[in-house]
Amino acid sequence: MIKKATTHISQNENLIFEKSRPGSAAFSLPALDVPSQPVEKLIDKNLLRNDDLEGMPEVSEVDVVRHFTRLSTWNFAIDLGLYPLGSCTMKYNGKINELIARIEGFAKSHPSAPDSLVQGSLEVQKTLEEYLSEITGLPYVSLQPAAGAQGELTGLMLIRKCLEARGDARKKVLVPDSAHGTNPASAAICGYEVESLKSNERGGIDLHVLEEAMDETVAAFMLTNPSTLGIFEENIVEICEIVHRKGGLVYMDGANMNALVGVARPGEMGVDVMHLNLHKTFSTPHGGGGPGSGPVAVNETLEPYLPVPRIVRKDDGTLSLNFDRPQTIGRVRAFLGNFGMHTRALCYILTLGREGLREATEAAVLNANYIAAKLKNIYEIEYKGQALHEVVFSDRNQQKFGVRNSDIGKRLIDYGFHPPTLSFPLIVTGALMVEPTESESREELDFFIDAMKSIARECEIDPELVKHAPHNTRIGRLDEVSAARKPVLRWQPAKEAKTA
Amino acid sequence: MLRDIGLSNIEELFRGIPENLRRKELLNLPSAVSEAELIAYFKDLAARNTSTGYTSFLGGGAYPHYTPVIIDTLISRSEFYTAYTPYQPEVAQGTLQTIYEFQTMICQLTGTEIANASMYDGSTALAEAFLMASRVTRRTNVVVAENVHPEYREVVDTILKNTELSVSTFGFTDNGTVDLSKLKIDNNTAAVAVQSPNFFGCIEELQSIADAVHKAGALFIVVIAEPMSLGLLKTPGECGADIVVGEGQSFGVPVNFGGPYVGFFAAKEKYVRNMPGRLIGEAYDAKGQRGFVITLSTREQHIRREKATSNICTNEGLVMTMATIYLETMGRRGLQEVANQNLQKAAYAADQIKQIKDYKLRFTTPFFNEFAIQCPDSANKVLGRLLDHKIIGGIDLGKYYPGLADSILVCVTELSKKEDIDKLVKALSSGI
Repeated sequence: MIKKATTHISQNENLIFEKSRPGSAAFSLPALDVPSQPVEKLIDKNLLRNDDLEGMPEVSEVDVVRHFTRLSTWNFAIDLGLYPLGSCTMKYNGKINELIARIEGFAKSHPSAPDSLVQGSLEVQKTLEEYLSEITGLPYVSLQPAAGAQGELTGLMLIRKCLEARGDARKKVLVPDSAHGTNPASAAICGYEVESLKSNERGGIDLHVLEEAMDETVAAFMLTNPSTLGIFEENIVEICEIVHRKGGLVYMDGANMNALVGVARPGEMGVDVMHLNLHKTFSTPHGGGGPGSGPVAVNETLEPYLPVPRIVRKDDGTLSLNFDRPQTIGRVRAFLGNFGMHTRALCYILTLGREGLREATEAAVLNANYIAAKLKNIYEIEYKGQALHEVVFSDRNQQKFGVRNSDIGKRLIDYGFHPPTLSFPLIVTGALMVEPTESESREELDFFIDAMKSIARECEIDPELVKHAPHNTRIGRLDEVSAARKPVLRWQPAKEAKTA
Repeated sequence: MLRDIGLSNIEELFRGIPENLRRKELLNLPSAVSEAELIAYFKDLAARNTSTGYTSFLGGGAYPHYTPVIIDTLISRSEFYTAYTPYQPEVAQGTLQTIYEFQTMICQLTGTEIANASMYDGSTALAEAFLMASRVTRRTNVVVAENVHPEYREVVDTILKNTELSVSTFGFTDNGTVDLSKLKIDNNTAAVAVQSPNFFGCIEELQSIADAVHKAGALFIVVIAEPMSLGLLKTPGECGADIVVGEGQSFGVPVNFGGPYVGFFAAKEKYVRNMPGRLIGEAYDAKGQRGFVITLSTREQHIRREKATSNICTNEGLVMTMATIYLETMGRRGLQEVANQNLQKAAYAADQIKQIKDYKLRFTTPFFNEFAIQCPDSANKVLGRLLDHKIIGGIDLGKYYPGLADSILVCVTELSKKEDIDKLVKALSSGI
């Protein structure tokens, strides 16, 4: 029985181009206040476009507002309910973050303005660097990377430059078979060969496997801790020692920091460099696919190579940008990083404070364990181990009815939830990775648990219902196979007969 | 809840973490700050950004433009900003349709056939364009013009350094535009990239560059830092560009101290399987209803891992949404009007400045909304004295080009009032 959601009338809405009518307008600009010259006098005719911007829409303000308001009602969002997405940390996005990010002094500050005129923005960044350093236990932080994947690439580039500076350039990176796809992808762009290490029977790092694979051709070991199964690598100190003994460095993917903030610090585990996802652990909004922010935190060894510029505090207390960093890897992007996410993350940290950050971690871990305890007899948990902030179920018990994890995910939509992370990590059979985060109340968790139990029953008595879900959405499962075979990636105006 | 799952205290949940790694004390951070105090704290910080009290002519890849009110209204809807990546299309059609409209308009503006859902920014989009060109041509040398945004070139160097690609450059003439006689390409050149309007604001003659590049079998990449210019200028696609990338910040996104911005990435359809980033395509359900889905994901990191076309995962979703709303709000006529105002105001400013004794336009090439002025003194000194008049005159080009230490890059947009421009002219004229 579905208790949490009901179908409801929702508005239809075509593409904006299908609503366009010549002469409609939604914009308003002040009149030109300087003398007007013929365009062709200023720019040669053959450099000008001659299509009159055909195809660009002409709609009214009401059209635009209704268009996007209607579209928005077709989305699920955190503000509507739980997204049990493992590894994504879909926690509540504080509204105060949105207010302060928009303060005009921040929004209008130009990244090329003289340092003395943007002290506020520089202070935001410096303070955030210091707080993230305290949280990770690694002394130096760069806020430049635009997302987690870019943070990973940056971290690997730091490692590469460090080893080259030692005259010890190496060619391989070790990655567990449970790693997120961005890990090997980033390593490849950094020019490294990727060797995948088989996880042990608990889904963790097998010390023997690591010991054997680790040699002087390995630049780094990239690991996620807690692992992508949500389980803490209890041998982390020894793992780092194994790598360091052979002259390599340890990169930690910080996507799962929500299990560690205020409880344990990677810098104390032997990690040399890590990235953080501000759009996960630090509550900056997911925005439908970004913007994110993937700061890197490093120890003394890697500090000289950090992206340029660095923010420094002068003797008079003011902040300035230092470009004189001879050993820097360079820049990973123009300007200074996704500043809008820096203000929000700083606001989040201050909203919770040191007590709140610890409580949030404890609640996140409790919530995940609550779900694990309530569902473990119904959905198999393949890898035994103390899960922290996320738990990974497999669809093995349901497979005998012909139902797979993606079907279960789709049926959860009918129950009023977003599906969990599916089929990741690859080492689990039909994974369903559930991470509730600390933002969920017991009531919402109980609804989720009931829904999962109900779906498990449906798998037994009416598997077709699950296999053809969702049933209550505006649109059913889309034929992605045909979409990929003949991709249509844009709207085109209808072909009209050319007039003479 | 603890009791319900058979535990007696929170500590037990963390028993998987070795005791010596578990913190006993709280982190050395402030305690929670109340909402009102937080607002006061950030307002105070923002007030220390005194730049907002100055008249600014800063551009150089971050352009102040008017952002219509409804953009913020609409992206403040939590269904947009607290939504996840649209991996589950049945509950993400709002996001997916928005991206499809974005992809369409980027194609229309740039004159290309396909575009992706966004990159981090213009600089990384350029780096990815080079990587893509190398995959397509199976060649390993890429060439970038020296009047492409210096920070973009730094990013290209940083990212490509660890790949098998080598980066060469070619210079520009006294007219500020690329010097084709300095372009060295051969059958190992994968691509040549040129920016238009370039870093100096000058409009490049793309067609002639395209011809030279294609003769060598290389791809022609055009990078656009100021896409507002596309309201007026001939599309790079029409001029022979194979890949068009750039920065979408001008489309309704505040300059916001450098980010978040939104890169766009567009190309010829035949290269689609080598494109980085997400692609949204049309799809139909069993009832024949049209919807949109992420498609061709076998290019991406979650499927192909180390063989992916890029490592990009999270991109710039909400900023892409802002740009989409901007483009639809301004629409065909609005974009033409804004482009024209930028052109006219910059032309007016340039005309007034070149009449000042000892000041000249550094380059005579036509420009859109940015131009370089040559000063009778070092740019650094002139800018310093303008600050005393509460004017940020522009960018000191000497920072990036030692030979141009006497020149300032001035940006004039539709937001520059005539009286602001006149104020700048008066300050420069007062013999500083």
